[in-house]
Amino acid sequence: MGLDTRPLSTLHEKGSYEVADFEVPTGREEEWRFTPLRRLKGLHNGTADASGKVITEIEAPAGIRVETVGRDDERLGKAFVPADRVSAQAWASFAEATVVTVPKEVEASAPVVIRRHGEDASGAAYGHTTVVLEPFAKATVVLTHRGSAVFADNVEFVVGDSASLSVISLQDWADDAVHVSQQHARLGRDARFVSHNISIGGDVVRVSPSVAYAQPGGDAELYGVYFVDGGQHLEHRLLVDHTVPSCRSRVDYRGALQDQDAHAVWIGDVIIRAEAEGTDTYELNRNLVLTDGTRVDSVPNLEILTGEVAGAGHASASGRLDDEHLFYLQARGIPFDEARRMVVRGFLGQLVERIEVAEVREKVAAAIEAELDRPERDR
Amino acid sequence: MATLEIRDLHVSVGDGEDAKEILRGVDLTVKAGETHAIMGPNGSGKSTLAYAIAGHPKYTVTSGTVTLDGEDVLEMSVDERARAGLFLAMQYPVEVPGVSVSNFLRSAVTAVRGEAPKLREFAKETKAAMDALSIDPAFAQRSLNEGFSGGEKKRHEILQLEMLKPKVAVLDETDSGLDVDALKVVSEGINRFHDGDPETGVLLITHYTRILRYIKPDFVHVFAHGRIVEQGGPELADVLENEGYEKYVKAGA
Repeated sequence: MGLDTRPLSTLHEKGSYEVADFEVPTGREEEWRFTPLRRLKGLHNGTADASGKVITEIEAPAGIRVETVGRDDERLGKAFVPADRVSAQAWASFAEATVVTVPKEVEASAPVVIRRHGEDASGAAYGHTTVVLEPFAKATVVLTHRGSAVFADNVEFVVGDSASLSVISLQDWADDAVHVSQQHARLGRDARFVSHNISIGGDVVRVSPSVAYAQPGGDAELYGVYFVDGGQHLEHRLLVDHTVPSCRSRVDYRGALQDQDAHAVWIGDVIIRAEAEGTDTYELNRNLVLTDGTRVDSVPNLEILTGEVAGAGHASASGRLDDEHLFYLQARGIPFDEARRMVVRGFLGQLVERIEVAEVREKVAAAIEAELDRPERDR
Repeated sequence: MATLEIRDLHVSVGDGEDAKEILRGVDLTVKAGETHAIMGPNGSGKSTLAYAIAGHPKYTVTSGTVTLDGEDVLEMSVDERARAGLFLAMQYPVEVPGVSVSNFLRSAVTAVRGEAPKLREFAKETKAAMDALSIDPAFAQRSLNEGFSGGEKKRHEILQLEMLKPKVAVLDETDSGLDVDALKVVSEGINRFHDGDPETGVLLITHYTRILRYIKPDFVHVFAHGRIVEQGGPELADVLENEGYEKYVKAGA
């Protein structure tokens, strides 16, 4: 195959607002092969009963507009196209959407907090959120997910020229929850986007953060921390699509796993299109396996279609706690269990400390401590 | 009186058929107030001795005994050995991402002393110890050993030595990779530790005689082929300086 016949990117070519445009996944498809479809409670094949209830509460500082709107609001769905069947199902099924607007040149004085609380996991619920930062605006948005639910949603971040948005999404669901979410950011010229996904709770959580650049100069940093317990499936699928020149992206996702059938999936797709000269990208995934019986699937994909990149790289490593780390700490008198905690805390903590909202940062740190505290018999 | 007693110590690395004996019967006694230098060529097993005393999981003791004040060290876990009063300054201290120097020091001091030091006093103590070793206080907030130069790592090993105050310190090639200034600073730290408490012993492992200009050994042992092949006083170091290890290497080959 010569250069002339080289195909465009093979990653994520499909997108549609119509559920019917996507085949019902069987589990053999590349984008579904790691996900336990049987545990999705029908979100993927149309059999989910839309009787679930997820309550949304929003707190926002003065100067920021928060609206609850109907399906026909023309601002919805402008920044993204559903990339898989569940996302299309959520787009087709939500009853009302939340639109947060940070007006031009406004710097939010406090974070916008969007709390989702699931009432029960017997029926499905759907959501849609659109966050718009007008040019030169600056804001932080915190999304929290708690309670029991079968929830599919799409979140759009429209970051205007020279605007700066920081998002923290906390998946702290109850043990029986199922959550499938697409989070898509579209960056304007010189826009900055920082995202933290923290996934701790839930039976199955599948979050797909993606970034597209509308203009040059965009800068996206995507961080993720997850702690997977026995029986849990926590999946993060990232896509950064460099379609314009001189944009930057950084991806760093780190997770810890413990106990039987804890399953972490990380997919990191980065495309540098032929037009995207001067792209600077690096993606990293690391997993710390704390016990036997866990499984990690970590798949970085970097597709480069131009020779003119400023930097492009990826790395993935999954392994047990490093004996040399433990030895060093123990050789200074620190008992094994504490040494183990220090290493795990340190490994995840490097990302946790990047969370700018102190209250959220402390909660995440406490949640990690709670995971480490779980005595084996209770796990 | 701190006494570290090593008797007929045999140590292997690897399992089963791949097991390779590295230490072949080491006898050594380090008493309080004494400084012993173990010198020898590369690959003679010096570092293995250090790691075996500290309990590194890579090394298996196949026979022999190690006791500290009569207590069986080989029965203890790595952290128990440290709490019993053994300290190993490592040749290659590992980087531990995300664990800050100050957090690490506090955890180690708490474990070794058996109680958490008061925050204020601990901060003062740490600062004084860092000053004495010319360590920039900003290092307290950095990840342990991460991005430290060779010399900075060694200074931090000695910082830990001075703060943990063990009974017996084993220093594994602490002098390697240091320029003269750093060597002086590090040696002074070791001397402060040793001279500050007559109940402490030092076992200094080194390839070169250079550090012995700053730290005066009472005994010098030559290590070759997994055991001590000659012992003497400080004058033995001068002989090694002039003649090298050649005759010991050949003798055992």
